Amino acid sequence: MYDFSYHKPSSLAEAAKALGSAEDGKLMAGGMTLIPTLKQRLARPSDVIDLGGIVELKGIRRAGNALVIGAMARHAEVAHSDVVRSAIPALAELAEGIGDPQVRNRGTIGGSIANADPAADYPAAVVGLGATVETNKRKIAADDFFKGLFETALEDGEIVTAVSFPIPEKAAYMKFPNPASRYAIVGAFVAKTGGGVRVAVTGAGPSVFRVAAMEQALAKSFTPDAIKDIKVAADGLNADIHASAEYRAHLVTVMARRAVAAAAG
Amino acid sequence: MSETGIGAAVRRKEDFRFLTGQGTYTDDINRPGQLHAVILRSPHAHAAIRGIDTAAAAAAAGVVAVFTAKDMAADGVGGLPCGWQIHSKDGSPMIEPPHPALATDRVRHVGDPVAVVIAETKAQAREAAELIAVDYQPLPAVASAAEAQKPGAPQLFDAAPGNLCFDWHLGDKAQADAAFARAAHVAKLDIVNNRLIPNAMEPRAAIGEYDKATGEYTLYTTSQNPHVIRLLMGAFVLHIPEHKLRVVAPDVGGGFGSKIYHYAEEAIVTWAAGKVRRPVKWTADRSESFMSDAHGRDHATHAELALDKDGKFLGLKVSTIANMGGYLSTFAPAIPTYLYATLLAGTYTTPVIYCEVKAIFTNTVPVDAYRGAGRPEATYILERLVDTAAREMRIDPAELRRRNFIPKDAYPYQTPVALQYDSGDYFTTLDKALAAADYAGFARRRDEAARRGKLRGIGLATYIEACGIAPSAVAGSLGARAGLYEAAEIRVHPTGSVTVFTGSHSHGQGHETTFAQLVADRLGIPIENVEVSHGDTDKIPFGMGTYGSRSLAVGGSAIVKALDKVVAKGRKIAAHLLEAAEADIQFKDGKYVVEGTDRAKSFGEVALTAYVPHNYPIEELEPGLDESAFYDPKNFTFPSGAHVAEVEIDRDTGIVELVNFTACDDFGRIINPLIVEGQVHGGLVQGIGQALLENCVYDPEGQLLTGSYMDYCMPRASDVPSFAVSTNTTLCTHNPLGVKGCGEAGAIGAPAAVMNAVLDALSPLGIRHLDMPASPERVWRAIQQHSLAQAAE
Amino acid sequence: MPSSVRMTVNGKAVSGTVEPRTLLVQFLREHLGLTGTHVGCDTSQCGACVVHVDGVSVKSCTMLAVQAEGAKVTTIEGLANGGLHPMQAAFHEHHGLQCGFCTPGMIMSAIDLVKHNSDPSEQEIREWLEGNICRCTGYHNIVKSIKAGAAAMRGATK
Repeated sequence: MYDFSYHKPSSLAEAAKALGSAEDGKLMAGGMTLIPTLKQRLARPSDVIDLGGIVELKGIRRAGNALVIGAMARHAEVAHSDVVRSAIPALAELAEGIGDPQVRNRGTIGGSIANADPAADYPAAVVGLGATVETNKRKIAADDFFKGLFETALEDGEIVTAVSFPIPEKAAYMKFPNPASRYAIVGAFVAKTGGGVRVAVTGAGPSVFRVAAMEQALAKSFTPDAIKDIKVAADGLNADIHASAEYRAHLVTVMARRAVAAAAG
Repeated sequence: MSETGIGAAVRRKEDFRFLTGQGTYTDDINRPGQLHAVILRSPHAHAAIRGIDTAAAAAAAGVVAVFTAKDMAADGVGGLPCGWQIHSKDGSPMIEPPHPALATDRVRHVGDPVAVVIAETKAQAREAAELIAVDYQPLPAVASAAEAQKPGAPQLFDAAPGNLCFDWHLGDKAQADAAFARAAHVAKLDIVNNRLIPNAMEPRAAIGEYDKATGEYTLYTTSQNPHVIRLLMGAFVLHIPEHKLRVVAPDVGGGFGSKIYHYAEEAIVTWAAGKVRRPVKWTADRSESFMSDAHGRDHATHAELALDKDGKFLGLKVSTIANMGGYLSTFAPAIPTYLYATLLAGTYTTPVIYCEVKAIFTNTVPVDAYRGAGRPEATYILERLVDTAAREMRIDPAELRRRNFIPKDAYPYQTPVALQYDSGDYFTTLDKALAAADYAGFARRRDEAARRGKLRGIGLATYIEACGIAPSAVAGSLGARAGLYEAAEIRVHPTGSVTVFTGSHSHGQGHETTFAQLVADRLGIPIENVEVSHGDTDKIPFGMGTYGSRSLAVGGSAIVKALDKVVAKGRKIAAHLLEAAEADIQFKDGKYVVEGTDRAKSFGEVALTAYVPHNYPIEELEPGLDESAFYDPKNFTFPSGAHVAEVEIDRDTGIVELVNFTACDDFGRIINPLIVEGQVHGGLVQGIGQALLENCVYDPEGQLLTGSYMDYCMPRASDVPSFAVSTNTTLCTHNPLGVKGCGEAGAIGAPAAVMNAVLDALSPLGIRHLDMPASPERVWRAIQQHSLAQAAE
Repeated sequence: MPSSVRMTVNGKAVSGTVEPRTLLVQFLREHLGLTGTHVGCDTSQCGACVVHVDGVSVKSCTMLAVQAEGAKVTTIEGLANGGLHPMQAAFHEHHGLQCGFCTPGMIMSAIDLVKHNSDPSEQEIREWLEGNICRCTGYHNIVKSIKAGAAAMRGATK
């Protein structure tokens, strides 16, 4: 690890200020991606700003027909939260399946979505539920938030403060994990709301994406069979030693179908 | 059976320190004034080194020294030696290219060490290492042995045209051809044994130290055999006389073969400690381990089995290309030859076997012994072929095996591939495994799974293993450059407690308990009064270390021999004390008793007399009760077993779930069943890992694609079930304990059993072979292709 | 720039001067000499470094020492005072360790599991061990040990 200056602000304003005055500052939420990256000397920030001391970023609450999860909520908190379990059980289950127990004890939703790893689980839920990402500057619709491989709509100095999830009628997440890293090779989040059906897929492409054909078919009939013959194109999907693009494309249908079955069941 | 003697499930004596964080692994040791070494490694699979500029690194903060191959050469440091010489078919010796500790003018694999930085802190050394400018001229590279042997492939060494290290064979080709000419059926397979990375959980580490007062060097290292390292490094690499070199292997966090070899880093830190006159420590990051620990397996084989119309095996022909990597690791040449081809008879009476092996250099990490070492490769081929033949001839796989097993009354049994088995009973072992696995009830389980949409398969494998490698004279005639005995010393203390000094290193195997049981059992003393010492060349007699499941069969036998000497000397002392004839004295339950009387002396009294010899036959006998022994085995031992795997396959995803695994093994006499079961469990998961999860992948240009746990798939707890393991014992006939060895069995039997189960599940689709690992995509693709083919029919 | 850090480790107040980049595991091993916590990988996967920070299991290789400022840290050395914690005793009884390298992390992780789930099933134990890799035992006896350790911990708290 290269050396850096460490800051632990106690308010969002202080954090924004520290970030603004740093030459090449990096925000650290749970550190589950940042610290391994630093250890491998793949990043060399001048300053690391630890968000762990900011009370306003914590907490999970129900706000009307939405579930608002603070950016610094740990995966384990989301997984075990009664509020989450009663509002969106699929989200609790997704959180329970991230990494391993020790990663879940440290990793946060804000860190996960700001990092926008193509194989992370949370982006599927954020897009699949049509959530709103709240920052210290504005509110960003999920569909506008994820821009590409490790790329989001966040601007310099912008800090994720919370994610607001509309509560669906039904939802489920199904993941095909990478057998080595346990990240998603393909993860499909399916949600049915009053407004329609959303199907969001993580792991398969450079960034989370929706499958319009499946959404339309499911809007007509929310059953696994409704999408069993809908395939996504393999072109442009990720490929590695564990799964080719073609295999990923196939798994999108399988995981989406299983998510529908789980949600409907 | 006593509570702590032979056969008792004694809880391990060594546990307490490990359970409480008090173990002492190499990286836990810090020497006064210690510096830290970071090794700069090649990012290229193959490149010429045109120059190395270390000036900036040498000037960096905290840096004490930067060394390259030039510095080592100036001190006359030699290359890393190879411990086994193979001769090709034509009688010529294998090509043995130089293996410098630091690369001289060429790097031959990603991770090849190029320079070392020694600094006050590890962070400083790492930062300085990034300042070293190496002028590489990249060269074409080749990672696959099959590709490397082709005309026009990149060449690693001028001395090894076609990248050929040796072209070796065993058996009689003409006889084999004749047997095949008579065959009613020939089963054929092209089969790959996937490359594995051992991944002991403790990364390798080494600390070199030089004592200015005495001129003595000490190396602390993560080794399975400190004396072998001392011999190789002292005599061949650093030219330090052995009395000035101490090698300590303290607690070692797993080895599985990968810590047998003499590695460059051991020589580098020891030599550098002498140069800078301060202790130098190196600890591998896991990512370094991936590209510098010797890898395992990596064979590509064509094999054919000839059978008569009743399924009797007539002959076996095997042709293998073995990937040796970029250099020869310490015991590498022995693995695809004498530890491989000699095992191809397996448990069967196959009368004629011919095996040829081409060993090929490639731009990959050197390959050497990994748990099983040659024997898993042989077993996998044989057991996949037998299953293939069974399916093609429509004979039940268990029944086909029974028809060809070596009969119970045929021992000693001479195989056509050099080995002579001393004992075994493969019929009973198989029957016990099949009964435990409810083989008979499988059809019902398959139908039930089918109703859930799953493909269920059952597979079995039998194996024979050759352990406790030796005798030394035979090994020597086959190319070994070392003896293969083991040494032990029994030091009885004046108050009757005992320290055992053994050359067998323990790094998870529980020797401190098992060996103590041998002593407690033989001397009739409480096990708490026995301490086992290993791992320090200044303490223990010259021993060969731990590998090839040899510790009990060879190291344990040496202990028994030394114990016999202790008991015999004690008898003379007791005879003197009891004023009886030596012949009339019996040693039983810790007491020397005059036969037919109640006159006796306890072992403790005799020991005290030996050290306080006031009333002592001093004219005939030296004081003291301290005996040592070397044991050179008369033959290999031959553990065997039958393993049964049951899998379910998800047709949609190709995921293979291992639902049951049953093993019945014959390890000879069992000293501690708890430890033996643990060894089997661990071996099984390494074997299952090979079959379903683990795969070391290089891209065609020699870049390692599985360089961390993000890509190299280590088996986790949720990947495997609990196991049903049992034993069926026949005793080894030629060692004093009747023991055979158990450390590698699981890794030998499991891959074939699992793959046979996978192929059984897939056989209704017409799939006859898949290579390991049976990864989801590989299985899914096979299902897709065959479903399409079936649909087209 | 070095800064001071203070925390409670195994019940004792400790302090030290560290660089911000110093990992918690480095602080424990190199500054405090608590070498029972091990490092087996550099990708936060093997779990040999698991310790408890404020009562929950974390990977001490993926946490900066400065992040533990003011925290209560428990390592394998601090589980029991001289004897064995019921989970340690269960690993001994059921041969849940071989080379011992992964053992401290396994035990720290297992104890955290039992805090959440006092009577975990075999499947729950296996899933919980997602972040702890063992190369020696094949997990069979680790699972057995954790089941027994959980039972003993239930007994101890009754």
